[in-house]
This record gives sequence, structure tokens and C-alpha cells, in this order.
Amino acid sequence: MAGSPSLDEARAWRLSSRVSLRDEPFGALAYHHDTRRLVFLKSRDLVSLVRRLEEFASATDALGELIEEPQRARYRRALFDLATAGVIDGC
Amino acid sequence: MGAESALRTRFEGGLNAPICLTWELTYACNLSCAHCLSASGRADPNELSTSEALALIDEIAAMQIFYVNVGGGEPMLREDFFDILEHAVQRHVGVKFSTNGTRLGPAAARRLAQSDYVDVQVSLDGIDAATNDALRGRGSYARARRAMDNLAEAGFGAFKISVVVTRENVGQLDAYEALAEHYGAELRLTRLRPSGRGVAVWDALRPTMAQNRDLYRWLLERPQVLTGDSFFHLSALGEPLEGLNLCGAGRVVCLIDPVGDVYACPFVIHERFRAGNVRAAGFGAVWAHSELFQELRAPGSPGACSACGSFDACRGGCMAAKFFTGLELDEPDPECVHGHGETALVARATRPPAPSPDHSRRVRIALSARR
Repeated sequence: MAGSPSLDEARAWRLSSRVSLRDEPFGALAYHHDTRRLVFLKSRDLVSLVRRLEEFASATDALGELIEEPQRARYRRALFDLATAGVIDGC
Repeated sequence: MGAESALRTRFEGGLNAPICLTWELTYACNLSCAHCLSASGRADPNELSTSEALALIDEIAAMQIFYVNVGGGEPMLREDFFDILEHAVQRHVGVKFSTNGTRLGPAAARRLAQSDYVDVQVSLDGIDAATNDALRGRGSYARARRAMDNLAEAGFGAFKISVVVTRENVGQLDAYEALAEHYGAELRLTRLRPSGRGVAVWDALRPTMAQNRDLYRWLLERPQVLTGDSFFHLSALGEPLEGLNLCGAGRVVCLIDPVGDVYACPFVIHERFRAGNVRAAGFGAVWAHSELFQELRAPGSPGACSACGSFDACRGGCMAAKFFTGLELDEPDPECVHGHGETALVARATRPPAPSPDHSRRVRIALSARR
């Protein structure tokens, strides 16, 4: 599985090239072609955060720009889970 | 739990495409298992051609359905089986296919082992020949085990041993676990449903209530055992089992049968639950627009289960199990862990519907053999 099971927020991250995203009313379905695991992205905001992650120099920057402050801790945790599942990779 | 139940509500409202799509490639089968949920045996003359099958894979890929569960009948009996498989792999559609193993010789095992995108599930409904063959036919145990040996020898990796849990084999689960370990395989357990020919044996073979309680505890301790969300009706016993814990029929799950008919789930091959056919406007149109699927995605009433404190855990259980035992869809699951299903079965007004279509081979002299 790609990526370490931690989220180094100071690094840049991006959607893994081994992952396909399918938009859904609840957010998106992510499928990892190597582990063959399905992961649910449970909000539209999380989907756009993940898609746009690579535009930013760090995960901190992306969270700061795209997610309102009160929600940031929750989305930081979501990114951590996605890194653990290999859905996002460190650049 | 709040976020989880909100997500479940969204799932019940339907998705852009199924998460779990099953595609039965043929009704032909060289076994005639007593509990076959698709009542298979004879190929249907109207089954999808090779070019139709390949076009369907293209559509599945375009809809971003990441993998498809292939079954039958016995899918390996189709002469173009490997063509279909390889086309799916080229289109990055993973294939998980179920087989009785009778056609899985050393060469086929080596061919399957070459692809990363293929999962194989070999059915074994008893840990010994006596238990298995009583359901699946004489010699079927030895042939399934030979298929497993062939996969292991070909270096396939972790294939799956697929078990329909019955009254007769539920006591063998520890031995199954040891067998899976012996092969480096994964264990997959599914629920016996009264679908297809299963309707005739369901009452005699379904686990008892005590066995279901043991099964629940056994599964709870083993989240690595695969179940395809089969036993969500048991989640009413307490802590939920792994999975979405809802009836996904027409919402996250559906079935395409060998002639291209689309049904709400693999366990309801019956005209009542036929949503359309892929030959007309394609699978995507059926998934998005069929009246049946719209109906299944509309918020339903918990009906007879509304007074039960466990409704949120089991959501009333399995639609197919209710339908084929003659219960209404808003009645409890016939195997409700609180016994409400037993009560409903005693009180049921309608006779269970007969399986249709039925592709069973006619082994006896059938007086009503016209179709």
C-alpha cells in the first residue's frame, strides 16, 4: 500500500494514480485498484478537497484554503484515513 | 453513528451506479445443486452473445463500476468465458467470479493466476464430501477441492472458499477456517435464501435460531471473514456486523441475468423484481430510470417492524427472503432474530410464489414441461 499510515501535513498530497473516484449523491466512491478496496468519501467538500489537494504546497494549505475553520479538524482526520487507505499519496 | 446512519439513508435513496453488480453469464450448469438461487441447469437460448457481453463490459467501465461479480449457472461453461474475462480486465473492470470448480483444471488455473484483476470463489457447501455432496451432487466435493489444489499450485494467491451456511454445515465453520488457512485462502460465507430451487429446501436447511446466534458471535469475532453483507438481519442481535447493514436491492446492488434482464438483486430472479433489459437502452438507463428501482429507492415504511427497537439495526431484513416465503415486504424477515418472522410465517395469507424463470434441468419425466 502506498504512503505511510500518517499524514505529514506539511507535505503536498494528491489523489493516488491507482485510485478511481466516482461521484455520488453522498460524495464519492473511491476504488483502489491495487488493494481492491472501496472507500466512501462521505461529503462533497471532502471530494473537492481530495481532487484539488495537489494544487497546494501542503495539506495544511489545502485545508486552510478549502475548508472552513470549524470543520478543519474533521477533514484533517478524513485525510489521515484516506492516507492510511492509500487513497491519497504524498507527492 | 449519526454520520453512518445519514450515509445509509443516502444509500437507500440510490446511487449513480451500483456498488455491487452481479452478472450471471449463463443459466447452463453441469451441477444441479438443491439450493441453486438462480434455478440453473439449461442454457437459455436467448443469452447474451459474445459481442453483446463485451459491449456490456464497456458500459460497465464507462459507468465506473469498478468490479463485477460474475456467476451463473457455471460461468466457465461459456466458451467465450476467458474472452469476457480478459476484456473486463483490459477495461479495468475487476472480476470476482463464482465457480463450482469443475472446469478449473491446471491450465485454467494458470491462466487465471496471470491476472491481478480476477478473484475466484470456489463453492464448497460442506467441509466433507458427505455434507457437501448431499446439496451439490455426488463427486462435487472432490472436484471443488481439486480446483482449489490447482489454484494453489498455479500460485493464484488468496482465492476464496465460498460457503452457503446451512443447518448442516454451520457447525463446521472452525474446520472451514482451518481449510482456508491451509490454502492461504479467504473464507466467504453467505446466507441460504429461499430463492430459485432454494425455495424447496430452505425450511429444512436454514440454520436454527440458536445456530444463527452462534453464527453472529462467530462472525463478530472474525471481521476478516467475507459475507457480502449477507447476514445483516443478524445485526439486530447487538453490535452491527461488518458491512452496510441494509437491503441494497435496486439501490446499491443489482443483477444482470444471462439474457440481459436486470433484477433488483441476485436473490430475486422473479418477474416481480425485473427492472428492464440491457438490450433495449443499455444497463445505465435501466439503473437510472426503471420504475421498479424508483419504487425501491423511495422512502419506505417500516411496516410491521416499526414497533421493534431493532429496526435501525436490521432495517427489516432481506426482501428476497420475505418474498419467496410469501411474506409482505414490510413484514419481518422470516429469520428475524426476535422470532417475529416465525410468527409472520404462521400467519401468512399467501402461498410462496413459484420461481420464474426456472432453468432447472428436467431429470424426471415432466408432465407440464411446456414453456
